[in-house]
Amino acid sequence: MEKYDVTIIGSGPGGYVAAIRCAQLGMKTAVIEKYNSLGGTCLNVGCIPSKALLDSSEHYHNAIHNFKEHGIEISEANINFTQMIERKTKVIDQTVAGIDFLMKKNKITVYQGHGSFISPIMLSIKKTDGTEEQIESTKIIIATGSKPAMLPSIAIDKKRIITSTEALSLPELPKTMVIIGGGVIGLELGSVYQRLGTEVSVIEYMDKIIPTMDDDMGKELQRSLKKLGIKFYLSHKVTGAINNGDNVTVSALDKKEQEIKLDAEYCLVAIGRKAYTENLGLDKIGIKTTERGQIEVNDHLQTSAENIYAVGDVVRGAMLAHKASEEGVLVAEYIAGQKPHINYNLIPGVVYTWPEVASVGYTETQLKEKGIAYKVGSFPMRALGRARASMDIDGLVKVLADKETDEILGVHMIGARAADLIAEAVVAMEFRASAEDIGRISHAHPTYTEALKEAALAATDNRALHV
Amino acid sequence: MSKIEVKVPAIGESVTEVTLASWLVKDGDYVKIDQALAEFESDKATFELPAEFAGKISLSASEGDDIKIGSVVAYIDTDVVAPTEATKEEPKKESLQPIATAPKEEVKPVATQTATTASYANGTPSPSAKKILDEKGIETKEVSGTGVSGRITKEDALKATPTSSSTTATSISKGNFSRGERVEKMTRLRKTISKRLVAVKNETAMLTTFNEVDMTRINEIRSQYKKAFEEKKGIGLGFMSFFTKACTLALQQFPAINAYVDDENIIYHDFIDISIAVSTPKGLVVPVIRNTESLSFAEIEKEVKRLALLGRDGALTMEDMEGGTFTITNGGVFGSLMSTPIINQPQSAILGMHKIQDRPMAINGKVEIRPMMYLAMSYDHRIVDGKESVGFLVAVKDYLENPEKILVGVDPVKALLEI
Repeated sequence: MEKYDVTIIGSGPGGYVAAIRCAQLGMKTAVIEKYNSLGGTCLNVGCIPSKALLDSSEHYHNAIHNFKEHGIEISEANINFTQMIERKTKVIDQTVAGIDFLMKKNKITVYQGHGSFISPIMLSIKKTDGTEEQIESTKIIIATGSKPAMLPSIAIDKKRIITSTEALSLPELPKTMVIIGGGVIGLELGSVYQRLGTEVSVIEYMDKIIPTMDDDMGKELQRSLKKLGIKFYLSHKVTGAINNGDNVTVSALDKKEQEIKLDAEYCLVAIGRKAYTENLGLDKIGIKTTERGQIEVNDHLQTSAENIYAVGDVVRGAMLAHKASEEGVLVAEYIAGQKPHINYNLIPGVVYTWPEVASVGYTETQLKEKGIAYKVGSFPMRALGRARASMDIDGLVKVLADKETDEILGVHMIGARAADLIAEAVVAMEFRASAEDIGRISHAHPTYTEALKEAALAATDNRALHV
Repeated sequence: MSKIEVKVPAIGESVTEVTLASWLVKDGDYVKIDQALAEFESDKATFELPAEFAGKISLSASEGDDIKIGSVVAYIDTDVVAPTEATKEEPKKESLQPIATAPKEEVKPVATQTATTASYANGTPSPSAKKILDEKGIETKEVSGTGVSGRITKEDALKATPTSSSTTATSISKGNFSRGERVEKMTRLRKTISKRLVAVKNETAMLTTFNEVDMTRINEIRSQYKKAFEEKKGIGLGFMSFFTKACTLALQQFPAINAYVDDENIIYHDFIDISIAVSTPKGLVVPVIRNTESLSFAEIEKEVKRLALLGRDGALTMEDMEGGTFTITNGGVFGSLMSTPIINQPQSAILGMHKIQDRPMAINGKVEIRPMMYLAMSYDHRIVDGKESVGFLVAVKDYLENPEKILVGVDPVKALLEI
C-alpha cells in the first residue's frame, strides 16, 4: 500500500493549490479526484467557463450595440452558439492541462476515483471501473468543494430545470429563461444569455440583488442590468417550477402574497451552493458536519480529527476560489510547522457582470452595525477620461474610511474592470493604509484606477479633483 | 548649516567605553532640548543621553556598538525648525485661503514625519512580516517598524529577535517546536559580571563558612512592633535592617573582614559601607548603604527601599554603586536554602541570607519547630583567618537571635550590671 505525507481529497482551487504547496515544502503528496478532469468546479463548471461565455457574449453585445457609435459598421452579427460553447470547452481543456502539468512538475500523485475515509489515516479510492485502491496518509486535507443548492419545492431535472452546470453547456440558445436567485451566479449567467438575446427574468427572495454586497453596488448593478433588458422580480418567493416538456412554468408569490407565473424555455436555479461532504465516510472518523453540510474547523483549518484538515467551500466563509486557494496554502504551511495567517475580512468578492462589481472589507451596513464612525468618498466612473474613451461610463468607486484615523475600512466598486481594480484596495488594506495614502500615491493616467484615487481623496477630506 | 556633534559624555573615572543599548529617537527625527536620545550601558549602570540642542538628528552609531567615551554618536542639525503640530487641519485652511499657503510648504515634510509616529498603523506588520513574527513567536509590539507610519516590514520581521518571555511561550506549543538557536550580544553589564566573578575565583583564596540562625525573636519583634514602626517611621520593618545592623557590629569586632587586600598592603576601613545585592531586569547590581554604623533601623530600611526602586527602574548611578566594604546578598527571596556566594571584589567577605524555613530543632532537650535560616559567609582566606570568619558569623548569629544586643553591642542586662 502506498504511503503519503499528505493526501488531498478534491482537486479544485483549494485542493490542487494545497497539493502544490505541500510538494514545494517537501512532502510526499497525493490528490484524489472523483471526476476525470482536475480543477474542480472552478475550472470545469464555474469561474473559468462562465468567464469564457461572459467574454464571448460581451463581444457580441458590443458588436450589435456599441460598434456603430465607435464608427464600425457591420451588416450583420450572428451567433454560432455551438462554436461559443466549443471555445469555452477548449478554454477549460487548456486550463485543466495546465493543472495536469503542475501536478507532474511537482511530482504529485493523482488518483482518479471517489475518495473516502476508512480510518483517520486510511483512504479508499473507488475507481470508475469498479476497482478499489487503498492508500495511507499521515495528514489528509478535505477539499471536496460544493454543489449547487436545491430548493425543496423544485425538482432539478437537468433538462428544463437546470443548475449553473447545465447552463454552461446548453444544447441551444434559449429564447427565454427564468433565473431563481439574484446572486453572483444568477446574474453572471443571466448577463450571458440576455446579451445573446434571451429574455431573462430574475426572481429574488430578498428586496435587493447581490444582497451580501454593499447596498449601493446592488442598486447600481440593477440599473445597468435593467438597461441590458433583464427583468427583476424582487421580494418574490418561488413556490414551484413545472417542466411542461418544451418549457417551464415557475410560480412565485409577491410581497402581497399574490401568485405570479412565469413561462420560459429554461429555469435556472441559482440560489447558492452547498458544501459537498456526502459519501466521504466522515462518520467513520468522527467528523461532524453542520446543518449546511460544512465541516467544523479551528483557526488552523484543523477538524476534530487532529491529522485531518479541511479547506474551501466545505468550511465556513465565503465560497470563493481564491479563498479556498489561500486556505490550501495555509494548511500546507501549517503542516510544515510554519505559522501562516489569513485575513478573512480582506478576501475580495467579485461579480463578473458588465459593469463588474468588486468589494473588500466592510460594507456600510456592517460598519453601522458595529457602531464604527466612518467617512464615505465616492467617485463616478463617468468622470474619468478613460471611461469616456471606451464608453464604459457606468459605475462608481466608494471608499469607506475611519472617521478618526482615516484608515480604509471598505472599498466597493462597480465599473469596467472593477474585478482587477479591487486588488489595489486589498493591498492597501493589508497594510492598513489610510484613504489619504491612496490619494497621495501616483496613479497612471488615463486609467480606471484613477477612480479609486479620486474616491480616496473624496473620503479623506472631500477633495476629489475631477468632480 | 550648523551640525552639532553628539558625544558620549564622561560618566565615571573608571569607565572608558560604553555600549549603545538603544536609540530612543529615529534617524531624521526632530529632537527637543533635554529629550532622551539614547540609552547607554556601562560596566555598572545604564544611563540616558539627553539632547543638548534642538534640531534634526542624524544617527552615526548603531545599537549594540561599543563606543569610547567622547566619541561622536550622532549629529544634530540646529537649522531645522521645529515641526508644527497637526497636519489634519491644513486642507481646510487651504480651501478657505487658496492663495496664501505657499510659503508654509517647506516645513511640511518634517511635519508629516513626526506626525506618523503616533499613527494608528504604527506596528502593523505586512502579511509576510506577520507570518515571520508568528513563527519566531514575537509579538508585533516588541518590534519597532521602519515602514511608513511605523509599519513592520518584512525586513524588520527578519531582523527581529525574540525576548526570553516570548520564546518560552512558543517552544511549548505542540507540533511547532523549534530546535533553532539564537545569538545575542552580551550586555556590558553581563560582560562585567562574568569577568569579575571569574577574576574573584582566580585571584582570591575564597572559601565559605556556614551557620544557621533561629529567626524566632526577630519574627516576634517584627510582628509586635511592625505597626508602630510603620506609623512612626513611615516605612515597614523588614529583615534587612536587622542583618545590616548585626553585620555592622560584627564587622567592628573583626576589622579584617571589613578590609581590602591591595597588592602587598591591607587597607582597613574605619567606616562600614554595606553593598546590597539587588536583582534587576538587566542583571545583578550592588548599590551601597553608607556608614551603616551610624544609621538607625528606619534609615537603613528607607535606604534599602530607595536603592531597590532605583535598581528596578535601571536608574542607579555610578555613585550609588561605588565603594562598599562588605556585601549582603539574599538568595532566600528566590527560595534558596543554601549557597556559596562569591565575594564582591575588592571586598574580603560576603554574607549570604537564605530562605526562612520551619525546621525541628533541639531546644533544651526538646524538639521544637523554629523558623530557621542558613547563613553562609564566603571570605578571602588571604586576610581573614578561619577563627575570625567563624567568630564573625557566630557573632552575626548571636545578634540576630538576640536583637536586644544590637542596642549596645552586648547583652543589655550585662550592660546594666556593668559586668
